Order: sequence, then structure tokens, then C-alpha cells
Amino acid sequence: MTHPLTRDEVAHVAHLARLRLSDTELDLFTAQLGQVLEHAADMNELDLEGVKPTAHPFGLVNVVRADEVRTSLDRDEVLAMAPDAEDGRFAVPRIMGEAP
Amino acid sequence: MSLPDGWEMVVGLEVHTELLTKTKMFCGCANNFGAEPNTNVCPVCLGLPGSLPVLNERAVELAMAIGAALHCTIAPSTFHRKNYFYPDMPKDFQISQYDLPINAAGYIDLPDGSRVSIERAHLEEDTGKSTHLGGSGRLHGADRSLVDYNRSGVPLVEIVSGPDIRSSAQARAYASELRGILIATNASDGRMEEGSMRIDANVSVRRSGDAFGTRCEIKNLNSLRSLGRAIDYEAARQVDLLEDGGTVRQETRHWDETRGETSTMRIKEEAEDYRYFREPDLVDLAPSDEWQARVRASLAPMPAERRREMTALLGSPSDAQLDAVTVVVDLGLDPWVRAAALAGVDAGLALNRAANELAGLESLDPSRVEGFVATLAMEQRGELSATQTKTVLAEVLASGADPRDVAAARGFEQLAASALGDIVATLIAEHPEEWGRYRDGDDKLAQFFIGLVMKATRGQANGKAVIAELQARR
Repeated sequence: MTHPLTRDEVAHVAHLARLRLSDTELDLFTAQLGQVLEHAADMNELDLEGVKPTAHPFGLVNVVRADEVRTSLDRDEVLAMAPDAEDGRFAVPRIMGEAP
Repeated sequence: MSLPDGWEMVVGLEVHTELLTKTKMFCGCANNFGAEPNTNVCPVCLGLPGSLPVLNERAVELAMAIGAALHCTIAPSTFHRKNYFYPDMPKDFQISQYDLPINAAGYIDLPDGSRVSIERAHLEEDTGKSTHLGGSGRLHGADRSLVDYNRSGVPLVEIVSGPDIRSSAQARAYASELRGILIATNASDGRMEEGSMRIDANVSVRRSGDAFGTRCEIKNLNSLRSLGRAIDYEAARQVDLLEDGGTVRQETRHWDETRGETSTMRIKEEAEDYRYFREPDLVDLAPSDEWQARVRASLAPMPAERRREMTALLGSPSDAQLDAVTVVVDLGLDPWVRAAALAGVDAGLALNRAANELAGLESLDPSRVEGFVATLAMEQRGELSATQTKTVLAEVLASGADPRDVAAARGFEQLAASALGDIVATLIAEHPEEWGRYRDGDDKLAQFFIGLVMKATRGQANGKAVIAELQARR
């Protein structure tokens, strides 16, 4: 059986998410993610001629809320959850380059 | 600045505008610029597990208002996740619109008569703001970034133009017109310096008649001036590169305003790298005809219509007046001109005073419009000279004083009506030969008499009033 997903593709996606995977993990996830894709590919077996694509299981549209301010979280509590903070802001390792 | 013969630049602009809502796009946190860092945050805009987004109705209405003003089709749309790893987005994805934007296929007509197409104007959320510490003067290990998520989740509309722009001047005119439209729809305050309107430029060059060249995207354009300079620099850089036998690489470039040049920021990733997929936590957006009609009905007149109105008030305006109309409408000063014209002041005079005396002011109190009109009426009646009008106007606008009181306090009333008439009569009597030639039709002599009157009044007289006096006696 051909793999629906290559090891290189998994490595690429891992890089985009900045995940460092070992060789063993790469093999493991290539197989596991491949099974997920195969499962989803089962849909292709069905005859869906004339069936409109479904974007969402609910038939709802335009679910909106009024533009009214609600109380935000307490900053000290929020920052206490972070590994590091400085000057009322979250401190993170410097990311090279600019935002996409 | 223009490119060497045979070359043409092709420019498309992407404009992000923050919407003037009370709250963020998907949560009830306040949307206000300048708050203390991380005071407008909640589980949704911090991307905490289990939190769910709910769309802000007002953001949808403002997006529709923008679409209607840009002559777009407002269509059923969906939300997607744009995935990328960067600390300014705590969820590690930005909710945006992808293949089905709320607004598609519109256009903007510019004052010069050109039309720039709008490909789409879609809704998305803003990112947080990171400040980079470290670098020179600090220990390498101390390098880090500080992030404020107050802006995370603020509603944005991104307006993407077609690749229709052919010069930096046209790009500036487009951005300026779009800014006027965004302000007129109440969607944005249009403040580029505060980042509420941000522009990226896609620039490529080609030999006239060729297919489009490879484009570079330029970021960090914080003013119309930067926009114009960056486009000219980038187009010239690409032409130099190609003429030397090189190729343009598709990349994102950063504009350095101080050095006046662009430099490579990063090689453009493939669109697939964002792994767009449907946002499963949001349902489709499909504004009903009735909802759309309500938004359209609430739209105030757009700049193009206001320019037409100003032009109609002027009758047959000169090119200089048309330029002034553009400036006045851009700055939202047209209601002042209209008010003066409705009160019987010559529209050309009102336009001139608005473009020259109001345009440069830091701030303008709308309640001063009455004083503005009254001052111009005094000028038109010849009670104030042009110079005196400017002095009185400055004071009226600053303090709200009655222009008659200001004129009296400064002794500007002395030349009113009869006093000027007496001076003119005396001067005519003293210069019978010149007066005779003037009466015989030599209009140039009017300047001679105006000079004499100015001398006699130490410059306090109104030239037009002098001519009126001369003609009355001719």
C-alpha cells in the first residue's frame, strides 16, 4: 500500500509548527497521520454526485453578538499563567525575522 | 520620478484597516488604542483552550459598508484559519477569510478620472503587538520579545486592489481616496500614524506590453509619503536588476524610511504553507438582502459624490480649484464650504479660505463653522481685506469669538464702506489724468489706484472693494 503522506511532508509541517521531531517520532507520526488521512479518504468511496459540499454540520448562518464590551481578565492573573512576563507584557524568546 | 523609457511599473495595494467597533472581532474585550498592555484580553483573544469565538455584528456591518462604498458585491462568505507560528498570534492561527470573502469585485474612481479595481475586501482579526528587546548593547542571552495582546482579535478589513496602479502618484491618490471612503463609512479613523490604516504594496515592473513581472511585497509603509517613495525606489531597483541581466526574486521587502530604500525581509513562503482550512468554530456569514439594504441606506455621501457637489457649487471651476476641492474633501472640510455657500458667500472664496486657512490647522472645532461663515461674509462685503480676513479667521477659529468683535478690537473696521469711498474720491480728484484714462477704458489703471489706496491706508483696504468703488464712479 502506498503511503498517503511522506516523511518529508511530516517534517515540513513539523517545521512550520516549530516542532522538533526525532527520527523515531517522524516515522511514528508519518504512519499515524497517514492512517488519519486514509480514514478521511474513505469519503471518496461514496457516491456524492449532486450532494452540495457541507461546510458545517449546523444549518445556521449569521451567528453574531452585539458590539458590547464585557469585562476582560485581570492582567496580573493572566500574566501569572505565563512562563515569563515583563512590563505588563508576555516575555517570549526572541523570534528571528518578522511576523508573516 | 519616472522609470527609463520602455518600462512600466505595476502596483497593487493591500490596505488593512482597523474597524471602529467598541469590541474585538470575536470577543467582548474593548477595542481601544493606547490602553495599558494586556488589559483588554480574555480567553478568546489569548487563544486559551476551550474558548470559542462569536462574531461581532457591528464588524460585519462596517465591512459591508466598506464593500458597498467600494461598489463590491456583498456575498455569502466563510472564515478560515491561517496557520503560522509567531508569538503575536497566541492561537498560532489568524481567523481570516480565504476563498469566499464578504466583499468581492469592486472599484474606486480616483479624482484624476482613473479607476482602480478592488479584488476583495475581507474580514480578519488583527494580531498582538510585539516589542523586540536586546540586540546591540545587551547580552545575547537577554534577547527576547515582549507581547501585548490588546490588539489581538481587533477587527480588520483587508482591501486588496487589482494590479491596476501604474505610478507612485496614482498609488498615493488611491490610498488617499480609500482613506476618505473609510472615514466616510465610519469604519475607520484612517490614522496611519497609529496603525489603524496600514498599507503593503505589491510592486513589479515590465517592458511595456509584456506580461506581469515577478512582484515584491513592501511592508512598513506608514504614510502616503513612504508609500510613494518606496514604490519609486522599488520599481527602479527592479529595472536596474533586470537591465543588468538579473532576475527579480519574489520576496517580502522592508521599507527603511530613513535610508530611503527597501531590503529583503524574507523569501515569500508558498500560500500552502499557511495551511488554510475552514474555521470549524464559526458558521457561514450570509447577510440577508434586508440587512444589506439597511447598511446601504445608512451610508453617508462618499468623497467622489462630495467632490461633485463642491464642483457644482463652483459652477465652472479652474484646475487649481479642482485640486483644492480634492484637498478640502480629503480633509473633510467640504461641510464648511457648503455652509458658507448656502449663506450666500461665493463658493470660490469659501473654497479658497478652507483650502488655505483651515487645511493647515492641527484641530478644528466643528462649532466654529458659524464664525467661519460670518468672517467670509464680512470679507465678501468688503469689510475686511484678504489679509485682515486671515487674521480675524485665525482668532475666530481658535477662540470662537464673534468676527465683528475681533475686527473692531483690531481696528479693522475703519475702512468700512463710506471711509473707503471718501479715500477713493480724494485720490481720484488728485489724479485727474489717470482717472480720465481709466474712465476711457484702460483697466490697468485700476492697479494704480489700488496702490494709492493701499499706501493711504497702510495696506488696510480691500482690493476688491476699491475696484467696486472705482467702477461705481466710472
